[in-house]
Amino acid sequence: MNLTEIITWLLPLPPLLAFGLIVLFTNKNNRLSHSLAVGAAALSFLGSAFVLAQAFTTEHLGENPIASRLPWLPVGGGTLDVGVLIDPLSAVTLAFVAVTVLMIFIYSVGYHNFGQPVGDHDHKGLPPHGAKEHGHAVPSIEPMYARFFAFIGLFAFGMYTLVVSDNLLTLFVGWEIMGLCSYLLIGFWFGKESAREAAKKAFMTTRVGDVFMLLGVVYLYSAAGTLSFREILFNEEMLNHLATTPSWFGLSAAGLIGILLFIGTIGKSAQFPLHVWLPDAMEGPTPVSAMIHAATMVSAGVYMVARLFPLLSAGWHEGGALTPAMTAMSVIGAFTALFAATIAVAQNDIKRVLAYSTISQLGYMVAALGIGAFVAAVFHLVTHAFFKALLFLGSGSVIHGMEHGVLHTGDHKVDPQNMWNMGGLAGKMPTTFWTFLVGGMALSGFPLITAGFWSKDEILADAWGNGHVVVFGVLALSALLTAFYTMRQITLTFLGKPRTKEAEHAHETPLTMTGPLMVLAVFAIAAGWVGIPEHFPFIGGVLPNWFHEFVGGTLLEHPHAVDFDPIPLFTSLGVALGGLLLGYLVYREAKTDPLKKVLGPVHRVLENKYYMDELYDWAFVRPSRRIAHDFAYMFVDRNLIDGFLHAVGELSYWLGGFFREKFDRPVVNGFGDWVADTAQWFGNAIRKVQSGSIQQYMLLSMLLAFIGVFFYLWVLQP
Amino acid sequence: MNQTIWLTLILFSPAVAAAVIALLPRENKALARWAAFAASLIPLALTLLVWFAFDAAPVAEAGYKFVERRVWYAAIGSAYHLGVDGLSLTMVLLTTLLTPLAILASFSVEEKVNAYMALFLFLETGMLGVFLSLDLLLFFVFWEIGLVPMYFLINQWGSEKGERELWGGMKVSARTYASFKFMIYTMAGSLGLLLAIQLLGVVNQTFDLPSIVAQWNSLSNSDTLLGGWASVGAVKTWAFWAFVIAFAIKVPVWPFHTWLPDAHTEAPTAGSMILAGVLLKLGAYGFLRFVLPLYPEQSNQYAGVLAGLATMAIIFGAFAAYGQKDFKRLVAYSSVNHMGFVVLGIAAAARAAGTLDANVALNGAVLQMFNHGLSAAGMFFLVGVIYERLHTRDLDAYGGFFPKVPVYGGILIFTSMASLGLPGLNGFISEFLVVRGSWPIFTFWTALSMLGLLFTGAYILKGIAKTLHGPENHEAAHHLTEINTRELWVIAPLMALMLWLGVLPGWLLGVINNAMQALFG
Repeated sequence: MNLTEIITWLLPLPPLLAFGLIVLFTNKNNRLSHSLAVGAAALSFLGSAFVLAQAFTTEHLGENPIASRLPWLPVGGGTLDVGVLIDPLSAVTLAFVAVTVLMIFIYSVGYHNFGQPVGDHDHKGLPPHGAKEHGHAVPSIEPMYARFFAFIGLFAFGMYTLVVSDNLLTLFVGWEIMGLCSYLLIGFWFGKESAREAAKKAFMTTRVGDVFMLLGVVYLYSAAGTLSFREILFNEEMLNHLATTPSWFGLSAAGLIGILLFIGTIGKSAQFPLHVWLPDAMEGPTPVSAMIHAATMVSAGVYMVARLFPLLSAGWHEGGALTPAMTAMSVIGAFTALFAATIAVAQNDIKRVLAYSTISQLGYMVAALGIGAFVAAVFHLVTHAFFKALLFLGSGSVIHGMEHGVLHTGDHKVDPQNMWNMGGLAGKMPTTFWTFLVGGMALSGFPLITAGFWSKDEILADAWGNGHVVVFGVLALSALLTAFYTMRQITLTFLGKPRTKEAEHAHETPLTMTGPLMVLAVFAIAAGWVGIPEHFPFIGGVLPNWFHEFVGGTLLEHPHAVDFDPIPLFTSLGVALGGLLLGYLVYREAKTDPLKKVLGPVHRVLENKYYMDELYDWAFVRPSRRIAHDFAYMFVDRNLIDGFLHAVGELSYWLGGFFREKFDRPVVNGFGDWVADTAQWFGNAIRKVQSGSIQQYMLLSMLLAFIGVFFYLWVLQP
Repeated sequence: MNQTIWLTLILFSPAVAAAVIALLPRENKALARWAAFAASLIPLALTLLVWFAFDAAPVAEAGYKFVERRVWYAAIGSAYHLGVDGLSLTMVLLTTLLTPLAILASFSVEEKVNAYMALFLFLETGMLGVFLSLDLLLFFVFWEIGLVPMYFLINQWGSEKGERELWGGMKVSARTYASFKFMIYTMAGSLGLLLAIQLLGVVNQTFDLPSIVAQWNSLSNSDTLLGGWASVGAVKTWAFWAFVIAFAIKVPVWPFHTWLPDAHTEAPTAGSMILAGVLLKLGAYGFLRFVLPLYPEQSNQYAGVLAGLATMAIIFGAFAAYGQKDFKRLVAYSSVNHMGFVVLGIAAAARAAGTLDANVALNGAVLQMFNHGLSAAGMFFLVGVIYERLHTRDLDAYGGFFPKVPVYGGILIFTSMASLGLPGLNGFISEFLVVRGSWPIFTFWTALSMLGLLFTGAYILKGIAKTLHGPENHEAAHHLTEINTRELWVIAPLMALMLWLGVLPGWLLGVINNAMQALFG
C-alpha cells in the first residue's frame, strides 16, 4: 500500500471520528463540536485533493486506478475482500463531494446561529424561535447545535465510504448509513409532526428501493462470485457471461440484476414512483437539504447506476438496441424529468420548488444513462451537485433573511419559506441574490457561461445524435419548464418590490453563509468548462474536452463523443432562453399566480403533486397498518393460532373433567371406595369379637387350639 | 483419551453458585445480587479461556474439542459426553456473556432476590448443557431442565398487570397464562423429541451423538427396523418430524410462535433478555446439531416447507410487530421476524448441502443467532429501562422522550438500528449472508421475505418515533429519568459487540465458518 492508497482508505474516517467524538465527549460544547466537524470535513477535503491530484495526473486512470483491497469476511474456502478504488468516475464524484460537503459544513455554522444567545422559549426538537437581547428580537442558536454537526459528520462518512468503495457491498453500507442519517436529519426537528412524518417517509420509501437493491446485490454476488467493481465491470468475459446467462422473466442475469439495482436508485434518487419522499425531506434544516439534494444521497443513487453502467448495458453497443435495464432507465428517467418539472411550476415554497427541480434533474441523468450517454450523465451529476448545493444553501440564506424580518415584526404566522411573501430581496441580500442567480441560471441551462448548460446540452445532443427522439423531446420540454419555474422563483423572490413587511426587513446573512455561496457559485460556472465539446462552434477546442477523455476511461471501451449537430444546440438555447423570458414576463408584476387562471383545475392537480401522497396513503400506508394489526396480529395470531391452541386447551380441560366425572369418580374412586367399604363392613362385622372380656378371648383361643389339634391329628396325619 | 475438565466447570459452576446463593441470608439483597453477578462471571472467564485455546487450535483438526466422556447410564448406552466445536462454542459464549448482563439488569428486582438469582444461575446451567452435550439423553435432560427456572421466573417475577381471558369467561393473570403456555407448548414438542430420542437409542444401541451420526447414516433406507415392523426410511421420517416440531416450537417457526410474544412480554426484563437472547437459539441449534446431520435426506426433502414457514415468520413477524401498541410485544415479535432468517438459512443449507451457497447460508444463520442474541437482549433491556420508570409498556403513553433522556435515546436508536440490520452494525452481515446463501436455492421465498425486511423498518421506526419523538407526553416524561450507571454497564458491552461485529466480524465468522465446513462440507 502506498501513501495515496492509505490516504484513500482514510478519507471517510475524519467525519466518522467527528461524529463519535461529538456524541461521546463534546456535545455540551458547541464551539468544539463544530470545530471538530468542520475540521474533519476540511481534513477529508485535503485528503481528497491529494488523492485527486494523483488521480488526475495518472495516464489512463481507468486502466490503472488507485486501488487497494483487504480480506473482510471468511466465506467457504476463501474470503470476501473489500477495498478502495479511485477510477475516473469515483475521482470526479469525490471532487464534488469533497467541495460541497466542506461548504455545507461551514455554512451550517452560520445557519444554526452560532454566536447568538440561547433562545428564550426554545425546545430541543424544534427550530429556534429567537431571543430578546437589549429589547431587540434576535435569532437564537439551535438548541441541538452540537448534535447537528455529529449527524452531518456521519452523513459525510456514509457518502465518502460509498464513493471510495471498490465493491457493491461497502457501497451498500455507505448507502444505508446515509439512509439512517437522512432519517435523523430530516426528523431533526422531531417536535414538528411534519418533520417526523417526513423522516419516516424518507426512510421507508427509500427502503422499498433498498430491499430490491439488496436482492440485486446478492444475485450479482451469486452469479458473478464477487462484488468487486473491477472484476465485474472491467472484465469483458464476466459481462458477457452475465449478459448471456438466462434468468427469470425472460431477462438475462445482467438484465434482472440491473433492474433490481436500478430500483434501489429509484428509491434513493427519488425517481417516479418512489419520488414522494424527497420534497418532504426539506422539513430538515436547510444544510441537510443541500446534503441530501446535492452532496450525498440522491447523487449516490445516480452514482451507483453510473458505476454499474457496464453491467446495465451489457450486451449493448453504441447505436444498437437498448438493454431492458437501459430501456427501463430511459423511460423512468425521462418521465420523471417532465413529471417533476410540471409539479415544480405550481409550488410556492422556495425549497419545494428546488426539491422538484432536483427530482427532475435526476431524471435527466437517469434517462441519459438509459440511452447510453454515460459521460453526459456523469457530467450533469457533477455540475448539478454544485449548482444545486448552491441553490439550496441560497434558499436557506433567503429563509434566514426572511426570519430576520419575521423576528422584527413578530408576526410568526408569516411563512418565511413562501415565495409570495418575498419579493425585492435582491437589494436586501445582494450576495445571496447574485449567487442564487448564478445557480438558477446554471439550473436553467443559461447558454455558454453556466455549467448546467454544457452538461444538459450534452445530454440533449446525445439523445438526438443516437436517435432517441422521444427522450430528446421529453427532456427538451422539461428543460423549458425548468427555465420557466426557475425564473419564476428568482422573480418572485428577488425582483420587484417586497410584498410583505417581513421581506422589507430581511437582511443579508453572515459570511459563514455567504462565503460558501460564493465558492459554490464559482464552481457552478467553471465546472462546465472542463467538458466543452471539441466541435462546438467558435469556442470548441479552445479548452480540451478533458471531462469526456477522462471519465470515458472508466469504461472498457472508450465511448465516442457525439458529432456536433445544430438542432439539439438550438433546441437547448431556445428552451433555456425562452423559459427564462417567459418566467420573467409572467411573474414580473404578479400579485397572485396567473397560472391558476390559465390552467384552472390542472393547477390544483399540480399544486397537490398529482395527489400521489394521498394515493399512496390510501393504497399502501393505511392498508399496511390494518394488515399489521387487524390481520397479522389480531386475526392470524390471536384468533386463528391462539384460538386453535385454546381449543386444544379447552378440549384437554374438558377431557380432564370428563375423565374425572365419568371414569375417575365412578370407576376408579368407585372401586377404591368399594374396597374400603367392604373392608369397613367386614371390620364392623367382626368387631363384635373384640369385646375386651378376657374370659371370652380365652374361650375362643381354647376353641381354636382344639380345632387345630383335631385338624393335625385326624386330617394331616392319617 | 485425554480428558479435560473445562467444560464441566463451565457447565456446573452456575448450578453450584445457585445452590450457595439460595442458602445466603435473605435479608441481605445486595449480597445475593453481587454474589450472583460475581458467580456468573466465572463461566464467562472460563469460556473466554476455552475460546482462546480453541481459536489457537489448527483448523484442519475438525470435530469436537475439549471432549469429556464419563460413564453415566452404561446399561442403556448413555454417557456424560461433552464437547465443543465452533457452533456450540459460539452459543456458549453468547450464553455466558448474556447471563452476567442479565443478572446486572436484575439488580432492580426486590422480591425474593435469593430465589430469583439462584433460578437464574440454574437456568444458565440448563442452557449451557444443551449446547455442550454430545449425548442425546444428556441433551434432553438439559433441554427440559431449562424450562423449570424460566417457568418460575415468568410466573413469579413477571409483570404484575394484565390478564387473559380463556374459554368460558375464565380469567387468569397474564403472567400465569404466559408461563403456562410457554411450559406446556415446549413440553408438547419435547414429548415427540423424547420418543424419537428413545427410538434412535434403541436402533443404534447408544445415545452418543457422533456414533449415531456415523451409524445411522450408513443404514440403508430399504432395511427394516423394530423387528421388521417399519423401514429405515419411515422411521427416519417420523423421527425427523418429531425433532423438527420440537425445535420449531422453540425457535419459534411460524405458526408455532404464539407462545413467544406472551412469554417475552410477561417475563421480567432479564428473563426476556435470556429468552430472546439464548433460549430461542436452543431450537435453531437443535436444527444444526441434530436435524441436519441426523436426517440429511429428510431435511433435503422437506427443506422447502421449512423455507416457506421461515418466510411466513419473517413477514408475519414483521407485520405483527408493526401492529403492536405494546412496546415489549413489538420487540417480542421482532424476534419471530429475525429468527425467520436463521431458519431460512438453515432450510437453504438443508436443500443444497455441501455447496458454497449452503455454507454462506449457514454462516449467516449462525452469525444471525449470535447477533440476534445481542440485539434482542439489548432491545428488551431498553424496554425494561422505561418500564421500570413508567410502569407501562403502552406506546401511546410514551412520546417525546428524546430531549429528556438524550443518552438513553441515542442508545435506543443505536440498538434499534442494529436490530434493523443497518450496515455497519452486526445484523446486516448475517442477514446479507443468509439472503445471499438462500437466493440461488429458494429464490422465490427469499424475494418474498424482502417484504418482511421492509416492514422491519416500519416497526423499528414506529418504536423510535413513539418513544423518543412525537409530542411530549408530560405525565410520562415527568417520571422519566436518564439511564443510570448500572444500566449503562449492561448495555455498553452489547453495543460494543454490535459495532465490533458489524465492522470486523472476521474473528467470529472465522470460527463459525470452520465449524460449518467441518460439519456440512
